[in-house]
Amino acid sequence: MFTLLFYLPFLLLFTLGAGYIERKIAALIQDRLGPTEVGYRGLGQPLADLLKLLQKESMVPTAADKVLFVVAPAWIFVVVFAAFAVLPVTHTWCGAPTATGVLYLLAMASLESMGIFVAGWASHNKYARLGAMRALLQFMAYEVPLGLSVLSVLIVSQTLDLQAIAAQQGPSASVPIYLLGLKGINVAQWGGVLAWNIFRMPPLCLAYAVFFVASLVACHRAPFDLPEAESELIGGYHTEYSGLRFAWLMLAEYSMLLLMSLLGVILFLGGGHTPLPNLPGLPLAIWTSGSPGTWVGHFWAGGWLFSKALCVILVQMGIRWTFPRLRVDQVIRLCWQYLTPAALLLCLVTLWWQLLILG
Amino acid sequence: MVATPYIGIKNCYAMPSPQHPFQVFLYNLGTLWGSLRLTWQHLRKSLGPRSRNLPMTAAAYFEVGPATLQYPHERLPVPARGRYQLHNAIDDCIVCDKCAQVCPVDCIEIEAIKAPAPIRKTSNGMTKRLAAARFDIDLAKCCFCGLCTTVCPTQCLTMTPEYDYSVFDWADHKIPFAIMTPEEVTKRK
Ligand code: SF4
Ligand code: SF4
Repeated sequence: MFTLLFYLPFLLLFTLGAGYIERKIAALIQDRLGPTEVGYRGLGQPLADLLKLLQKESMVPTAADKVLFVVAPAWIFVVVFAAFAVLPVTHTWCGAPTATGVLYLLAMASLESMGIFVAGWASHNKYARLGAMRALLQFMAYEVPLGLSVLSVLIVSQTLDLQAIAAQQGPSASVPIYLLGLKGINVAQWGGVLAWNIFRMPPLCLAYAVFFVASLVACHRAPFDLPEAESELIGGYHTEYSGLRFAWLMLAEYSMLLLMSLLGVILFLGGGHTPLPNLPGLPLAIWTSGSPGTWVGHFWAGGWLFSKALCVILVQMGIRWTFPRLRVDQVIRLCWQYLTPAALLLCLVTLWWQLLILG
Repeated sequence: MVATPYIGIKNCYAMPSPQHPFQVFLYNLGTLWGSLRLTWQHLRKSLGPRSRNLPMTAAAYFEVGPATLQYPHERLPVPARGRYQLHNAIDDCIVCDKCAQVCPVDCIEIEAIKAPAPIRKTSNGMTKRLAAARFDIDLAKCCFCGLCTTVCPTQCLTMTPEYDYSVFDWADHKIPFAIMTPEEVTKRK
């Protein structure tokens, strides 16, 4: 319940902040300066943008399907926000206690694509419709590799509860953590980066790579931003949206980005656990964790969780401003011809490893 | 397999010619990595000093930093005798109409009024016998060829270093230089 009170304002702030950072990074990568006018180094720019969006007229095209057109932006944001319900904030500050949290989260993330399809379809505009079609196409492309790469983690952690998955990657784990799947090297006491899921078994490292690419497709981030494709579809599904409804769409887009990065961090990168391991005579992990339940513990766990997610997002931003957009068929081929078989293989290898070696 | 480096992108090589799928895969990974490196290099350079703060002789002048000129705050220096906006010192103008005739785009409009007696001597000693009821230069049409300033016998028509004179209405680019009021014009007529 209280995670909702935390995530709602956090998402608003995050969208403003990420919008600024994204523009600044894009500008620096392209040898420009980015926003500089509003406030110190342009820090007030997102607020100015928000004010502008609030003032603007929210237009509904004559030919649009009025009801769906108005409902779609709220739908998109609401389903993404609903997915945040199961995300933990710290070790003891859990999300909704759902035994099938991962499944629920993935289902909500899929509904987001449906919402985008509805938004594009209801706009009754050829660019928006093309964007809607591409959103569906991309949806069918990324769902399978994303689900399979998540499945490989679930095989190892044997639970669908995000809180439990996160808890298994640190000193408080209830199960032994074997480094690189080698029985006998129990690193639960060491903690830190060694206990993270990506190092828990060799295939999981590659599974994270698959998950990362699939999550880029899921968030419609460049180079997979086909449904909006500013340069060819003039914004795709949000071509017709203006004013407050456009702000909703932006909010949903950045929330989805955060959602997928947080999911990746919780599944693969140790959740709220510190990356510094306990070395002999140098208990770095203890120093940078605090004990769960105390204020210090909350601070460290939340801090690690969100700073890791932000690092992932920074990498995604770098990728966005580096690679050119893929064609539709290239996205499909990447997902179906390369990612899906790879994810399947990784899933099988993880399964064998778990059954035969760790048994 | 001869690897030819691409210009600009290190770590990035031309596609090996017997294309085994695995080679293609490695090649693709290489290009992805190469472009990410390029991105990182630009990001790092942009965080450093901007090139325009370096002396032009510095070796890194063309290497570092954003190229942005933050225009209204910063301007490129223009020559002290820059030839941009036209100016007419109307007191010295003898209204000979040479500038209007030579102008290739016909953007100078002059209306002369004969005076009964010489009005005054110009600064280079010529006698001014005509008054300008109207002397308009439409800078929206002007091509800044400077011909009008070369033919001007009294050198009263000059070009100034002022180049930033955008206006909201096109008609405002038509600059009137004549200083006679309508009453004076009717009186003289
Ligand atoms: S500069 Fe050239 S175009 Fe402009 S007024 Fe003079 S003669 Fe005409
Ligand atoms: S050429 Fe010079 S003196 Fe003659 S009308 Fe033009 S500005 Fe006046």
